[in-house]
This record gives sequence, structure tokens and C-alpha cells, in this order.
Amino acid sequence: MADAHTDHSGANHGSVGSYLTGFVISVLLTAAAFGIVMAHSFSPSGMLAAIAILAAVQIVVHLVFFLHMNASSEQRWNVMAFAFTIMTVFILVIGTLFIMHDTSINMMSR
Amino acid sequence: MAHDMTADAAHAHDEHHESPVVFGFWLYLMTDCIIFGTLFAVFAVMRNQFAGGPTGKDIFELNGVGIETALLLLSSITYGFGMISAHRNKLGALRGWLGVTFILGLGFLFMEIREFSHMVAEGNGPDRSAFLSAFFTLVGTHGLHVTCGLLWMAVLIVQTGGKTVLTERMTNKLTCLSLFWHFLDIVWICVFTFVYLMSVI
Repeated sequence: MADAHTDHSGANHGSVGSYLTGFVISVLLTAAAFGIVMAHSFSPSGMLAAIAILAAVQIVVHLVFFLHMNASSEQRWNVMAFAFTIMTVFILVIGTLFIMHDTSINMMSR
Repeated sequence: MAHDMTADAAHAHDEHHESPVVFGFWLYLMTDCIIFGTLFAVFAVMRNQFAGGPTGKDIFELNGVGIETALLLLSSITYGFGMISAHRNKLGALRGWLGVTFILGLGFLFMEIREFSHMVAEGNGPDRSAFLSAFFTLVGTHGLHVTCGLLWMAVLIVQTGGKTVLTERMTNKLTCLSLFWHFLDIVWICVFTFVYLMSVI
């Protein structure tokens, strides 16, 4: 039983290989984001969309390879809390932008 | 019955991820995430309020930001190697990796403080415009978190000194700092994307 558990937690805490995989993917994604902006690859809105997508992918890579998030039942509450937090942050950021944009238009401050 | 209880205790000891301490720390990180969400929202509103002052394009040095990113990313993986050593009970290797992580984190902090003092010296401090206030608040809060993480790491390096076996309590502390450190790296992804790169476009 002890052996089974040691193996199990070993898998959970990641291995050298999984850390290296996450690291290499992160380096590639980061280099791509910096490269796109420094080389002025596309139109401004195109670059904006590209780096936003790269950031989102890199966050997922970090969560999976460095924070060892997964769909196992053991992780259920961690993932639930995380999902709720992401929802809150989205409401916060998009709500703030929406309200402040509306305010600035109605106040004719521009 | 007695057998069940020992089995449960062994179970709790082996499954570090199920420790209520680590889960509680995870919930703290989620609230921290909302703090950063708020600061990002503030920055998003203020990012074009230059008050006649410099824009991001005028003052941000992408090369420095790239080096900071590299230092933080490297420190994330070295901490990961430290945790692997901890789970294999190789305490010498653990302290070595923690030391390397500490130095990388210190390098990051050094670069950031140099960048900030450079900006303030040129008159582009947080009092120059709403854009710069939001910038210094957001990036400064992240830097403050890194500073706290480094202090915590130094304490853990000292506390693991001279030990031959890691207690469950110590493993929990190391796991919590590991979550904290990787979380700071995730926040930094958002910082370099939505603050630095987006301002330079």
C-alpha cells in the first residue's frame, strides 16, 4: 500500500521530464510572443490577438506542467475554486472596462 | 478499526496534495488572483491616460523585460527540480535547487528595481500620469510578492538545514511555496503580455 501511494504521489508531483516539457513549451510560447511584437509581424489588432492567445495557452501549460492541475477527483475542489476565481476575474475585468467605457462616453470626456 | 486509522494516517501522509494546509493555501492564492485581476482592470482603464507624459512605447525596454521573463521562468523549473528532490528525500539537492531559485529570483528583483529607479530618475515615476500610477501599482505588487517569496525561501533553506528527513509539516511548507512561486510566474505571463508587449504594439 505504501509503495502504491508513493508511486501515485510521485506521478502527481511531476517528474523531471514533465517539468522540462513544460519549460520548453513555455520558452517557445514566450519567444513567439516577444518575436511577434518586436518584428511587428501583423497589424496591431492581429498582434494583440496573437499575444493574448499565446498568453492563455502558456497559462494552461503552467497550470498543467508546473502546478500539476488535472481532472482527477483528488483535485476536484482545487479546480472548482480555480474555475470560480477565473469567472470572478473575468466579470471584474470585463465589467470594469464596460462601465468605464460607458462612463467616459456619457461624460463626453473624450 | 485501529488498522483503518493507521491506514488513514498513512494515506494522509502520502497524499500531500490532499493536505488541508495546501488546499487552504490554494484558496489564499485564488483571492490573490482576484487582487491581481483588480489591478489589471485598473491598468486596462488607465492605459491610455498619459496626461501628456510618456507612453509605454517611449519608456519600456523589451530586452530587459525579456531577461526578467527568462529569469522567472528558469526559477520556476529549478524550484520544480527542488520539489522532486524533496519527494525523493534528497535534502542536499533540495537546498541546492532552492539556492539556485533564490539567486534567479534575486536577479529578477534586481532588474525590476533597476528599471523602476531608472524611470523615477527620468521623472517618469508613479506621480507622472494615471498610466504610470497603474503601471507601478500592478508591477510593484507583483515585485512585492516576489520579495515575500524570496524571504520565505530563505527561511525554508535555513529550516531544512541539518535535517536528514523531511517532516510532513516541512513538506507542506515547501509545497505551499511551490504553488506561490509558480503562481507568480503565471501572473508575470499576464504582466509581460498585457502591460509590456501590448503597450509597445
